[in-house]
Amino acid sequence: MKYLKYIILLLPFLGFSQETISGKIIEDNIDDNNMGIAGANVYWLNTQVGTVTDVDGSFTIAYQPSYKKLIVSYVGYKTDTLTINTPKFIRHKLKPSDGLDEVVVTSRKQTTAKSYLKAENVMTVSSDELLKAACCNLSESFETNPSIDVNFADAISGTRQIKMLGLTSPYILIATENIPSVRGASQAYGLSFIPGTWVESIQITKGAGSVVNGFESIAGQINTELVKPSTDDKLFVNLYGATSERLELNAHINTKVNNRWHTGLYIHGNTHQKKHDVNNDGFMDMPLFNQINVMNRWQYVDTQKGFVSFINLKFLNDEKQSGELNFNPDTDKLTTNAWGNEIDTQRYEVSAKFGYVNPEVPWQSLGVQAAFSGHKQASYFGLNVYDIEHNSLYANAIYNSIISDSRHKIKTGLSYTYDHYDELVNTTDFERTENSVGGFFEYNYNNLELFNLTAGIRIDRHNLLGTFITPRLHLRYSPWSKSAFRASFGRGKRSANIFTENQQMFSTSRRINILSSGGNIYGLDPEIAWNYGVSYLQGFNLFGRKADITFDFYKTDFTNQVVVDWENPQEINFYNLDGKSFANSFQAELNYNAFEGFDLRLAYKFYDVKTDYNSGRLERPLTPRHRVFANVGYETAVKDNGSHWKFDATFNRLSQQRFSSTVSNPVQFQLPERTPAVATLNTQITKVLSPKFEVYLGGENITNVRQPNPVLGADNPFGANFDSTFVYGPIFGSLYYTGLRFRID
Amino acid sequence: MKKIIIIALMLTTTLTFAQNKNAKASMEVDGICGMCKARIEKACLNTKGVKWADWNVDTHELKLIFDERKTDTTTIKKQILAVGHDVKDEKATEEAYATVHDCCKYRDEDIKEAHEEEKDKS
Repeated sequence: MKYLKYIILLLPFLGFSQETISGKIIEDNIDDNNMGIAGANVYWLNTQVGTVTDVDGSFTIAYQPSYKKLIVSYVGYKTDTLTINTPKFIRHKLKPSDGLDEVVVTSRKQTTAKSYLKAENVMTVSSDELLKAACCNLSESFETNPSIDVNFADAISGTRQIKMLGLTSPYILIATENIPSVRGASQAYGLSFIPGTWVESIQITKGAGSVVNGFESIAGQINTELVKPSTDDKLFVNLYGATSERLELNAHINTKVNNRWHTGLYIHGNTHQKKHDVNNDGFMDMPLFNQINVMNRWQYVDTQKGFVSFINLKFLNDEKQSGELNFNPDTDKLTTNAWGNEIDTQRYEVSAKFGYVNPEVPWQSLGVQAAFSGHKQASYFGLNVYDIEHNSLYANAIYNSIISDSRHKIKTGLSYTYDHYDELVNTTDFERTENSVGGFFEYNYNNLELFNLTAGIRIDRHNLLGTFITPRLHLRYSPWSKSAFRASFGRGKRSANIFTENQQMFSTSRRINILSSGGNIYGLDPEIAWNYGVSYLQGFNLFGRKADITFDFYKTDFTNQVVVDWENPQEINFYNLDGKSFANSFQAELNYNAFEGFDLRLAYKFYDVKTDYNSGRLERPLTPRHRVFANVGYETAVKDNGSHWKFDATFNRLSQQRFSSTVSNPVQFQLPERTPAVATLNTQITKVLSPKFEVYLGGENITNVRQPNPVLGADNPFGANFDSTFVYGPIFGSLYYTGLRFRID
Repeated sequence: MKKIIIIALMLTTTLTFAQNKNAKASMEVDGICGMCKARIEKACLNTKGVKWADWNVDTHELKLIFDERKTDTTTIKKQILAVGHDVKDEKATEEAYATVHDCCKYRDEDIKEAHEEEKDKS
C-alpha cells in the first residue's frame, strides 16, 4: 500500500517523461561487501517525491533540476542528505548509527539538574547556571548553588574557600575531567586557576563518591568538564570590568583541523591594580593581581573505530600582592617598614586522555588518563616566608564492561600517583615524596526502574599511608514516580598538607607548632574518615508547574584527623585527633518553576561540626550553624531574532559563627564569642541581543554589608596580636560589574 | 512484497553473522515514555542471551545486541509483545496491552498528546 502512494506521486512526472536518476544504497560496513539496504527511504527535500529501495538497495527516483537535496534514511542508520547537481547514477553508503548522536530533543533544560536515576547523589550544573554569577573563575561559580558554601579564607589574600557538608575543600576531591586537579600545592588557590568560561559543566557528588578517581575524597567530589574544541564556539570573547577596577578577558578559538582532529586555544587574563581600603584600617581590602592562563586542547574523534582522545597543555602565571596600602615590594619586602604579602605562582600541566569504545559492543570501553603538573609558589607574608614546589603525576586506566547483560555493569582498573613536595617554611625545609599504586573494581546494578546500586572497592599501596582498602557504596530506590531515596557510605584517606591548606596562618603573628607523633607526614598521621548519607528527592507538580524538593543528611566521622587548632590566639597547633571529630549536615532544598521562565530555589542548611581540641570539644570556628539561601531567576521569552532578557538574584544568610578563642589576648584584642549573622544579596541582568552577542550588568553584595574590622591588630602588624583570619563576611562592600560575551558558532 | 524484503533481509543477516555472540538487530517498537523504555528494555534483557537493549523514546527504534547461540529476534519480539508493546509488524494482544501502566497507553491519541505537551513544557 505504501508503495502505491509513491507510485501515484511519481505518475505525473512520468507522464511528462521527466528525467529520473537511479542509484544504489549500500551499507557502510567494515567488510565493505556492498550489501544493499532494502527498504531505505529516498526522497527529495521539501517535496512529496520519494521512493523506497528494493531488495538489493537499488532505487529510481524522478528528477528535476530544481531538486538539489536528496535524503536517504533508514531506521538504524544515519540519515544522509546528498547534494545532487547533475542527474547521474548515485552510489551511496549509509552508516549504521552508533547510538552516540541520537535525535536531539530541543527543550529547555534545567540549569542545575538532579538525577532521579543515578545511585550517587549527583547534581549537574550547566554552563547556563554558571552564567548567573558572571565572575570569573571556579571558586566564584558556586554562588548560586546551596550545596557548596563559599567564604573568604582571610582578610588579606582575597582567596575564596569552598565548603561542602561543613568541611573545607581539602576534604573534597576536585577534579578536572576526572583528573584530580585542585590538590596539594594548588589546594589554596587552585579554584581561581580555572576560568569560568572554560567550564562546560560541573558535577557535584555529595558523599563518598566513586572509587574510580582515588581514595582521597571524604565529603564529596566536584568534577569540572571543560569546553571541548569540537563543540565550543569557533570564536568566543568575554570581557568583564568591575567598579573595583578588576578587568578580565577570555578568548576561545576553536578550529577543525581535519575530520578527526579539533583544536582549541583558550586564553584568560585578569588584572586588578587599584588599592582599596573602604574600612580605613590601612590594609588593602582585596589584593592586586595579574593572571595569565593559557590552555591548548587537541581532540581526536573517530566514531567509526570508536577512538576518542584529548591532549591538553596548560600554563598559568599568577601574581598577587596585598597588605598595607603603603607597602612597596621593592623596598619593603621582608622588612618591618610596612606589612606586605606577595604570592607568585607558576603552574604547568600536560594531560592526555585516550578512550576506546568497541563499536561492535557499546558496553565495552577502555580509558587511559595521564597527567603531569608542576606547581611552584613563592610567597611571603610580612616576615613569614613560604615556598612550595609540587610535581605530580597521575595515571589511571579504566575498563568498562558488563556481566551477562547491560543491567550489570563493571568498571575496573589501575591507578598510579606520584607527588613530590618541597616546601620552605621560614627557615625550615620540608621535603617528601608520596607514591601509590592502586586497583579498583566497581559494580553497578540497575534494574531499570526502581532500584540501582553502585558498589566499589579499591586497594592502594601508598609509601606513607600504607596499604589500605577503600570501600564505597551508593544505593537508590524509587518506590513511586519521580522519587529517589538514596543512601551511601564510604571511606576516605588522605595526607594533610598542613601548610598549603592553611596558608592564612602566615598572615598572623601566631607561632606554628606541630605536635609530632612520629607520623610520616610532618610527623603526623594520615586523615581517615567515614562518610554516611541519606537523601530523598521528590519531583511533583504544584499548580501545574514543575517542582522538586530534596532533603539530605550527611555525617562524616573522622577516625583520625590532623586537627588545626586556632584556640590559642598566639599559636596555631597541628596535632592528631584524640577523641571525636564529626561534621553533620542537613539540607532541605526546593526548586520551583513557578511560571514560564521563572525559577525559584530555596534552601536551608544546618551544620553541626565539632572537634575534640586539646581544650575540649568545640564547634569548628567560622562555620555557621544555619544558612538560608534563595535564588530567583527570570528569563523572558526568546524573540525571533534570538534576543531576550535574563534576571537573577541570590540571597544568602549565614547565622552566627564561632570565633576561635581570643580570651588570652589583652582586652583590646579580644573578640566576642560569636560573629553577628550576615546576609548578602547579589543580582545580575543579562540582555541577550542575538545568539552571537550579549551584555550583562551585575551587583555583588548590593546591600553593602561589611565586616567592620577584619584585621585584628591592624595598627601594629608586626606586633604580637596581628591576625587576619577572623573573617566572617564581606570586606569590600558592594561591587558592580559589567561585561559582554560575543560568540561565533 | 514487504514481507519478502524482511524475510530476505533476515536471511542475509543470519547468513552473514552466523552464530554471532554479539549479533545486532534493530526494530521498531511502539511506546511513549520513560516507563515504556524501562519496560521494553527489561523485557528484552530478561530474555536469556540478550546483552544490551536500547529503546529510543523519540524514534521508537529498539537496538539490540544478543548472543545468537542463545536467542533470536523472534523470541525477543515475543517477549516485547508479552509485556504489551507493539512491534512494527505485529500487535500485542489486548490482554498484554491491558497490563501496561495507564500513562503508557501508547495506542491512545489523548495520552500521546499529553506526553507531547509534557515534552514541550519541560
